[in-house]
Amino acid sequence: MKIGAPKEIFPGENRVAMTPDSAVLLQKLGYECVIETGAGVAAGFSDAAYKDKGVEVVKTGAALFKAADVVAKVRPPSEAEAKRLRQGQLLISFFYPAANEALMELAKDKGASVIAMDMVPRISRAQKMDALSSMANIAGYRAVIEAGNNFGRFFTGQVTAAGKVPPAKVLVVGAGVAGLAAIGTSTSLGAITYAFDVRPEVAEQVESMGAEFVFLDFEEEQQDGAATGGYAAVSSPEFAAAQLAKFRELAPDIDIVITTALIPNREAPELWTKDMVDSMKPGSVIVDLAAERGGNCKLTVMDEKIVTDNGVTIIGYTDFPSRMAAQSSALYGNNIRHMMADLTPEKDGVVNHNMEDDVIRGATITHEGAITFPPPPPKVAAIAAQTKEKPKEKTPEEIKAEEAAAFKAQTKQQVTLIGISAALLLLVGTVAPASFMQHFIVFVLSVFVGFQVIWNVSHSLHTPLMAVTNAISSIIILGALIQIGSSSLLITLLAALGIFMASINIFGGFLVTRRMLAMFQKS
Amino acid sequence: MEYGFTIAAYVVAAVLFILSLGGLSGQESAKRAVWYGIVGMAIAIIATLIGPGQGLAIVSLVLIALGAAVGYQLATKVQMTQMPELVAIMHSLVGLAAVFVGFNADIMINNVADLYEAAGQVMGAVGPDGYTAIGLPKEINDGLSSFGQLIAKKSSVEITILRVELVLGIWIGAVTFTGSVIAYGKLAGKVDSAAKQLPGGHMLNAAAAAGSVLLMFAYLGGAGSWTLVLLTLLALFIGYHLIMGIGGADMPVVVSMLNSYSGWAAAAIGFSLGNDLLIVVGALVGSSGAILSYIMCKAMNRAFVSVILGGFGGASGEQMAVEGEQVAIDADGVAAALNDADSVIIVPGYGMAVAQAQQAVSELTRKMRAAGKEVRFAIHPVAGRLPGHMNVLLAEAKVPYDIVLEMDEINEDFPDTDVVIVIGSNDIVNPAAQDDPNSPIAGMPVLEVWKAKQVFVSKRGQGTGYSGIENPLFYKENTRMFYGDAKASVDKLLPMVE
Repeated sequence: MKIGAPKEIFPGENRVAMTPDSAVLLQKLGYECVIETGAGVAAGFSDAAYKDKGVEVVKTGAALFKAADVVAKVRPPSEAEAKRLRQGQLLISFFYPAANEALMELAKDKGASVIAMDMVPRISRAQKMDALSSMANIAGYRAVIEAGNNFGRFFTGQVTAAGKVPPAKVLVVGAGVAGLAAIGTSTSLGAITYAFDVRPEVAEQVESMGAEFVFLDFEEEQQDGAATGGYAAVSSPEFAAAQLAKFRELAPDIDIVITTALIPNREAPELWTKDMVDSMKPGSVIVDLAAERGGNCKLTVMDEKIVTDNGVTIIGYTDFPSRMAAQSSALYGNNIRHMMADLTPEKDGVVNHNMEDDVIRGATITHEGAITFPPPPPKVAAIAAQTKEKPKEKTPEEIKAEEAAAFKAQTKQQVTLIGISAALLLLVGTVAPASFMQHFIVFVLSVFVGFQVIWNVSHSLHTPLMAVTNAISSIIILGALIQIGSSSLLITLLAALGIFMASINIFGGFLVTRRMLAMFQKS
Repeated sequence: MEYGFTIAAYVVAAVLFILSLGGLSGQESAKRAVWYGIVGMAIAIIATLIGPGQGLAIVSLVLIALGAAVGYQLATKVQMTQMPELVAIMHSLVGLAAVFVGFNADIMINNVADLYEAAGQVMGAVGPDGYTAIGLPKEINDGLSSFGQLIAKKSSVEITILRVELVLGIWIGAVTFTGSVIAYGKLAGKVDSAAKQLPGGHMLNAAAAAGSVLLMFAYLGGAGSWTLVLLTLLALFIGYHLIMGIGGADMPVVVSMLNSYSGWAAAAIGFSLGNDLLIVVGALVGSSGAILSYIMCKAMNRAFVSVILGGFGGASGEQMAVEGEQVAIDADGVAAALNDADSVIIVPGYGMAVAQAQQAVSELTRKMRAAGKEVRFAIHPVAGRLPGHMNVLLAEAKVPYDIVLEMDEINEDFPDTDVVIVIGSNDIVNPAAQDDPNSPIAGMPVLEVWKAKQVFVSKRGQGTGYSGIENPLFYKENTRMFYGDAKASVDKLLPMVE
């Protein structure tokens, strides 16, 4: 079968769905590759580069749609392109089916199958084809670069002969893929980076990227991130108010704000109000990655860069990935290639559209003349569920009561033990002579000390402990030493043997212990 | 008082011994703790040598020097993997020494009794206060050694107690002696490690024990020293038969139990000699061994009695059938998985000790850590043949002790682990302990390795573990069997892991 990528006709779109490198890998799957002439030029891939890799170049988009059994695109197809689809053809591209229902109907009527790259479920296995993430990663990076381009100062603080430069302060709002990429870029440029997200569980990821997480003094039942497929959910009005108050407090100090807050299928929430913009220093930059959905800052103008009256630059571009077309085409091409690999398990160049597969099912929006959107929830949970809080906090009274009960039980046990032991001791004391009792007291105390001491020995030292106790148990040598001076030859002989054997033990035991302990070392 | 100096020295020695044991709570303080023990022992011996009543000090010193030479040879030549055998055989020496010292006490009692007779007196007769012994005429008393004098001063009640004590000392010492020798044989592979008993089983032990009690009463009743000899023989038999009936897997408990016995023997002898230091140290060693045995038994979720009586209790019902098959893998596959993994946990067992694979394992660990992987060791409390056996072997191979973790510390981390390598352990990673209520090891805490993403089991063949039961782990989907000698297997891996 043939797989082809047309030239993107959306104005300003530089990306292409197939690169020479991804074409090689697609050919390994058994496909023949076709490309419309000039499709890769804007991303830096000439027709010759494609030809070198064995890709057929056709003159027009119409010819490409005719030649290819599988069409790979970046942007959703225009109406004209959709009309070119035919029975049994497969289209893979971003589609945003919820917003483009008419287009979806059209594709269905044409009998083509459509796989929407934006519908790939967020499960571990599908990460390699998650084009939203790979594009968001680029957008996050580019947002910082654009901000830097419009920011008249260094990111990193420097002390130079010509004076001291303070470091830039960057606030990233929304720590999704784009946000995390922005955080990473910003910290590696040397800025002091703060980040905020409504999902407190991402604080750890934020900190791992080197930024400081902005915590709110607000307690709310947070929805489990796993329930919404790892995306943020709408927050309560009280929470939103607390959040805005925090931003208002931060705004005068922040040089660069990058907002990435989006909630699936809703208008972007307003997080950076006009009064915050007004309180910012002249020369500050705001990059609004949510501009396409109305922006996190209401002053944002989509696809434009504006400068406010107080000198704050607000960037509302929506084509960040396209601004880095070489990189984004390479990643998107790989996403497509991974999708094709899942579609051709036999590597025989024939698409096996397996609707039982969670990933393929989830991403397919029309198939065999029917609309299959929205998909059923995936069988595999999107991300690991949060570990649940401990059953419930016990009240201080309950804890106290429990402690008191445990203490009582322990006391009772100890008292019983002591009582029994004392009774036994007294019993022995009534019959045994005083000379015996003196030794007996020493014995009981020693057993007691032994019990107290040995419990503290760490498990890894049990073998050395055995060796040491073995060595000191040869204290029996004292008995033999006392007896050896006897007048009886037999006693002397036995005692001498005892001394000999015990001293083997003393030296052997201690030496071995020392050998063992010398080996323990820290990393 | 003439004993003043000796007793003062004993107090110092006793304190040092306690410090020595207490210092073993941490790896660093342990290095100091050994010196406390050594100094304590030196003080005790020197004080006894120069103390009153000691004759033949030169001969004693020569004997000690000879023993030192032998001990030095043993301790420096031994391989770390043979540590359990060494500890076991050294216990037997303490046991035998206790038997000798006990017999000496008996002989001395007889000698003193003869002297009393010769002097026309009755041993143990009490004076007018009804409590203090009359004692021998001064000129005879002065001719006795200090130990003889001690006995000569005793009243008849005290003599009886003395006899009870020395019987106990001899009996425990004799059990320790043969028990340790058998334990040594089993650990060194010189005796078949399977649980074996003579026909009659525990009845024989019980009969021997009952015989011992009878003989003790006969001895106390004045039947003469032959009863003591017979009693010793019975005790030797019990030690032999008891340990023969215990399987190799239970050896950690056995060794620490024998350790405990040797302590109690020393304490009993201490009573009969009236020597407080012997009592103190014997009690310390005895309680230490007892606690260790208790910890081991708890780790295996078994009652101490059932370990000592040998063998696993019979299963109460049909055991779960194991489904699936064992899938083998070669070194390439294991190396590839290791290269991909971010976190690795190694579970060593006795098989690693047998194959002397700890150096190779350490090298593998070093390479993987250098590659930025998280490598840790999970040690089950009863892994190996001695408490803490694996820790010592890994320490010998220079594995840092802070990546060697106990079962409780690491068990929760298995689900987040990419690869687990099980090297020569079996029962301690057997999921049947949790899943199958009819399994003989049901309820024993185990390392939950099967929760990791992938498990490799390095094993010599398809045989079962010491407890002789099937291990469903080997049949699990995420388990691959890496057959072969542990050392050879790990050596094969080394060049392939980067």
